[in-house]
Amino acid sequence: MANHLFLPIVSLMVGASLTVLFARQRWLARGIVVGSVLFHLIYSLRLLWVVAAHGRQVSQAGGWLAPFGITFVADGATAIMLAVASLLTLMTVLYSFASLDEGYERYFYYPLILLLLLGVSGAFMTGDLFNLYVWFEVLLLASFGLITLGGTRAQLEGGLKYVVLNLMGSIAFLIGCGLVYGVVGTLNMAHIAERMQTIQQPGIMTAIACIFLFAFGSKAAILPLFFWLPTSYHTPPVAVTAIFSGLLTKVGAYSLYRVFGTVMQNELIHLAPWILTIAWLTMLVGVFGAMAQMNVRRILSFHIVSQIGYSVMGLGLASSLGLAAGLLFTAHVMIVKTALFFIGGAAEQIYGTGDIKKMGGLARREPALAMFWFLGIISLAGLPPMSGFFGKLALLQAGVTQGAWLVTGVATLTGILTLFSMLKIWNEVFWKKSYADVSKLPRVSPGLLLPGALLVIVSLALGLGASVLVDYTTVAGMQLFDQAGYIQSVCGLDGCEAVFQAAIR
Amino acid sequence: MSILLPIAIGSLFAGAVYLLLRRSVVKLFLGLTLLSHGVNLLIFSMGDGLRRGVPPITAADGTTLPGTTDPLVQALILTAIVISFGILAFILALAYRANQAVKSDDLDDMVTTDRL
Repeated sequence: MANHLFLPIVSLMVGASLTVLFARQRWLARGIVVGSVLFHLIYSLRLLWVVAAHGRQVSQAGGWLAPFGITFVADGATAIMLAVASLLTLMTVLYSFASLDEGYERYFYYPLILLLLLGVSGAFMTGDLFNLYVWFEVLLLASFGLITLGGTRAQLEGGLKYVVLNLMGSIAFLIGCGLVYGVVGTLNMAHIAERMQTIQQPGIMTAIACIFLFAFGSKAAILPLFFWLPTSYHTPPVAVTAIFSGLLTKVGAYSLYRVFGTVMQNELIHLAPWILTIAWLTMLVGVFGAMAQMNVRRILSFHIVSQIGYSVMGLGLASSLGLAAGLLFTAHVMIVKTALFFIGGAAEQIYGTGDIKKMGGLARREPALAMFWFLGIISLAGLPPMSGFFGKLALLQAGVTQGAWLVTGVATLTGILTLFSMLKIWNEVFWKKSYADVSKLPRVSPGLLLPGALLVIVSLALGLGASVLVDYTTVAGMQLFDQAGYIQSVCGLDGCEAVFQAAIR
Repeated sequence: MSILLPIAIGSLFAGAVYLLLRRSVVKLFLGLTLLSHGVNLLIFSMGDGLRRGVPPITAADGTTLPGTTDPLVQALILTAIVISFGILAFILALAYRANQAVKSDDLDDMVTTDRL
């Protein structure tokens, strides 16, 4: 029993309500936000250590025993995701200080950021399917507010599509929850996993699993369901796009890992060939979409879709090895993607446009920005010594070990195409001569440069010290795939059904 | 009741899909409303269901007593209603602002963010 798992949730709730109260006192609100996120970061770094030392951490809300109450579970995967999410949020907040005008701060930008992190943390930690739905709604509602805050025409148009298509995903999720309750009679993830082993008609569980694949897939932006992403992600301010790219689709991917990797393992093995097909199609379509674009943030948005293909590939391999590699890759891409949005956004802010044809000559004028951009793109493409190399290496190794040749081949090809598409930005924005007089443009401020630079340095550090990360994710992948261990941690050694029967008697 | 419920759920979903496929933003909103009602009824049909003379009560030890029904689906629906109410209210406000900005109710006029 470890009730400290509720600490980050409660602290974010307190932080969010305080920032609503002090929205007009600019510096006080900034202090509260930084303090709140910093606490979250320190907590999740400690959680990384606690999970490594003592295994899974479980909290029961209100002291109700597991299949009856709401359970919070933290294993290796949870701890990694929490740590990365809070790091990204901290950097986003720092970037917002430099890039957003005061109107955003007065109209509840910070409470929405904190609520977004709250929903994301809850979704990472919960051990109850319906509770996961509620956390999804918390983070979605915060993101709805963030994407439309500002109210320009593009934001309203993009926001409407974003909101409606995400709502469809949520409704599918709700249908899935209802059907699961109707079939197995419980919503606790451990209890579902236990009862699914003895279910009478396995066919209906496959149908339910497909509904969940649709629901989480539309949040994660897999192939036929990604259309809301490139149409809306370039409309809000850069800081918002960056935090969305780091957190939102990855919550979808994490939920796929949790629900399929831990709870519905039989269904995962049934659906694995289909999931792998979706994975390589998503990689290819995403990267080809990016090639056709001529706007920094749109190119990066399509790359989000392409990278989600890699995360889904880790799931489709349906083994602890695949899940571990997928986790490693997902953690890496969250960091690098957000860093690239920060740096690309800084370039965009200098020129006042995101159209790469109208930009140019930044390598001479802003060498630091150019250097970090270059390190970021080689990390995204998967070249050593950056973290992207090890993320892709782990996935390719897992793919080759399991004989999934097609998806492995496409993953390699997509890496090359990613580099090509990123070099397009490099050539146009940084290397080519500018058409206009560059010296009249504003200089990049340290506040715009530092958050992205820090994240790129983190990516470099994770690449140089890759053995630590690889060891950690290997253990986390085994924990994630260890269904029996999950049930025992949540419900005790005899399992959830024993607790349930004892309570009924 | 047991025949009427599937018919009601089916018609709600059918009407919702029809409205969602229209181009008007207002019809889109109405379609989403119908869809959330349909899902709520779908969850309702997953429990024992409320029947005449069967109160939704469980004993203190978690059992469903004879002559009562499982109240959890009602609790789930109540949560879902509250959430979908909040989100639909947000969509209504957003649709209104989008309508003001674009000066059109047609989704095909809202394509400026889709172009290359």
